[in-house]
Amino acid sequence: MEILVAIIIGSLTAVGTYLMLRMRTFPVIVGLSLLAYAVNFFLFASGRLMLNAPPLLYTDAPHTDALPQALTLTAIVIAFGMTAVAVIMALAAYLNDGSDKLDMENAAPEVTPEERGQ
Amino acid sequence: MTHFMVLPLITTAVMAPALLFFRGHLTVQRTLSLVTTVALVVMTALLMVEASSGAISVYKMGNWDAPFGIVMVLDRLSALMITLTALLALGVLVYAVGTGWDTRGAHFHPLYQFQLFGLFGAMMTGDIFNLFVFFEVLLIASYGLMVHGGGRLRMRAGVQYVIYNLAGSTLFVFSLATIYGVFGTLNMADMAVQAASLPPEDAALVRTAGAMVLLVFAVKGALLPLHFWLPNTYTHAPAPVAALFAIMTKVGAYAILRVFTLVFGPSLALTGTLFSDLLMPAALFTTVIGMVGVLAGGSLARIASFAAIGSMGTLFIAIAPFTEETTVAALYYLVHSTFAAGVLFLVVDMVQSRRGTCALELRAPIVQSGLVASLFFAAAIATTGLPPLSGFVGKLFVLDALRDHPWAVWVWGVVLVTSLVSVVGFAQAGSVVFWKAHSQPADETTQPPATGVALAGLGMVLGSIVIMTLAAGPLTAYLTDTAAQLYAPDAYIGAVLGGEE
Repeated sequence: MEILVAIIIGSLTAVGTYLMLRMRTFPVIVGLSLLAYAVNFFLFASGRLMLNAPPLLYTDAPHTDALPQALTLTAIVIAFGMTAVAVIMALAAYLNDGSDKLDMENAAPEVTPEERGQ
Repeated sequence: MTHFMVLPLITTAVMAPALLFFRGHLTVQRTLSLVTTVALVVMTALLMVEASSGAISVYKMGNWDAPFGIVMVLDRLSALMITLTALLALGVLVYAVGTGWDTRGAHFHPLYQFQLFGLFGAMMTGDIFNLFVFFEVLLIASYGLMVHGGGRLRMRAGVQYVIYNLAGSTLFVFSLATIYGVFGTLNMADMAVQAASLPPEDAALVRTAGAMVLLVFAVKGALLPLHFWLPNTYTHAPAPVAALFAIMTKVGAYAILRVFTLVFGPSLALTGTLFSDLLMPAALFTTVIGMVGVLAGGSLARIASFAAIGSMGTLFIAIAPFTEETTVAALYYLVHSTFAAGVLFLVVDMVQSRRGTCALELRAPIVQSGLVASLFFAAAIATTGLPPLSGFVGKLFVLDALRDHPWAVWVWGVVLVTSLVSVVGFAQAGSVVFWKAHSQPADETTQPPATGVALAGLGMVLGSIVIMTLAAGPLTAYLTDTAAQLYAPDAYIGAVLGGEE
């Protein structure tokens, strides 16, 4: 089971990293989501892998660690919220500019006339 | 256990959503936001007085004992950081109100308070997973502030900023999982206890976990080669936001100081001087790249951004040896460079709003040219480290503290040569913007002069630099105690894990 989990985490991370390097917003956001899956699995596994064991401490019987599960839940919620923000901002940037590339030209900031007038 | 120490957190957490109810009522929002920030300055100053006695206050959330519950810890370093944040935030907020920046998009004031909430939380928490959560709070508020006012380039720079930091956060969770796998705890004081009793065969994992955390904080601190998010973000962020972001990079520096003195401290045999050896060359390169960027920036905003990178490099040079003496210098430079970067971005905004661009090309002379030029001159002196302002004192401290370091020659060479390079960069920029402009025909469009409120905000930040130059003695005494407390972590561990009811 360890090998299976390791392969899953490894392939998700590899694919996520590759997609993040594509430098266009859609693949990058998909890549970020895959990385978030990978990290959730990894966090889950940090409490050691146990099958069919209750999440109880201080028992002599085999038990699983409940804390990484709580941490994973927190990480899932945060990753979900952050991905939503990233999607909205990427969309706004695309609609403003007509390009979904992440690279940008080395230009000075634009100051709109109403900003100058204050 | 006193409830007072979490009051800055509670105030900001309550005020941020409360301000949302007053959208559309600009005067109410501005008044509330300013009153809150003034109150925060008072609160954090009182907390700093409390912490200066050397007492370490611990607040247990929900009264759960550490390491099972989350604790907030207030020691000298945390108190210094939150006071610094509140002071900078007040000056910047007054400037934002005075220039009307807060009216150029929705929800500036609620986001500003959320930003402060995240910053205070990150600086006070004693739990490393909670540190991650507060990082996310301050980041999500900063995403909103970063694109405040909108605009084509700002949105694109915003996307870069978000994506880069999301990748950084993912790495943070990876490192947290590794830490939990090795240490079996996420409470920083408990981690310090566990670290001492780890078997030598765990050395590889401990080193990996430490290096990953270091990378995450280096992203926040814009340390080479992880600085790529900074130039575009700071260049295109609204000026008051860029000025407030001066404290964001310092959060990375704070986190490194906290974690790498407490948990992966220099006395930990499993890691030894690994992190010090990693940090020093990176810091030297950061200083060089930052100051060369000042020379080649092409626009005032970009010059200010690279100056911020360069100052982070100098700061990390002083942090890297992880000794008490160098940490005093690092802390002084940290306080100085926060105010210096803040005031520089505000002055750049004054230039930009008058010329219509901050690109280094010839334009007509600006309104209030003399006043703005003197402010720019003062900000440049502070940033480059010329006397008489605190930049000079700070760099002197750093150089003096590193005199006995094995890399002393490199450190002295890099700091001194890059200082010269940045002086040239700023002088060149200033002469194009303020002096050569007089050869151009006057601009027909009239621009209103700066309001007194905006100048007051800028004056507050600049005044802080002057005060910390004049009061360098008392400040250094406090910082010396702070460094002593950092390198004697037993008191911290005892306060967090001790059975104090």
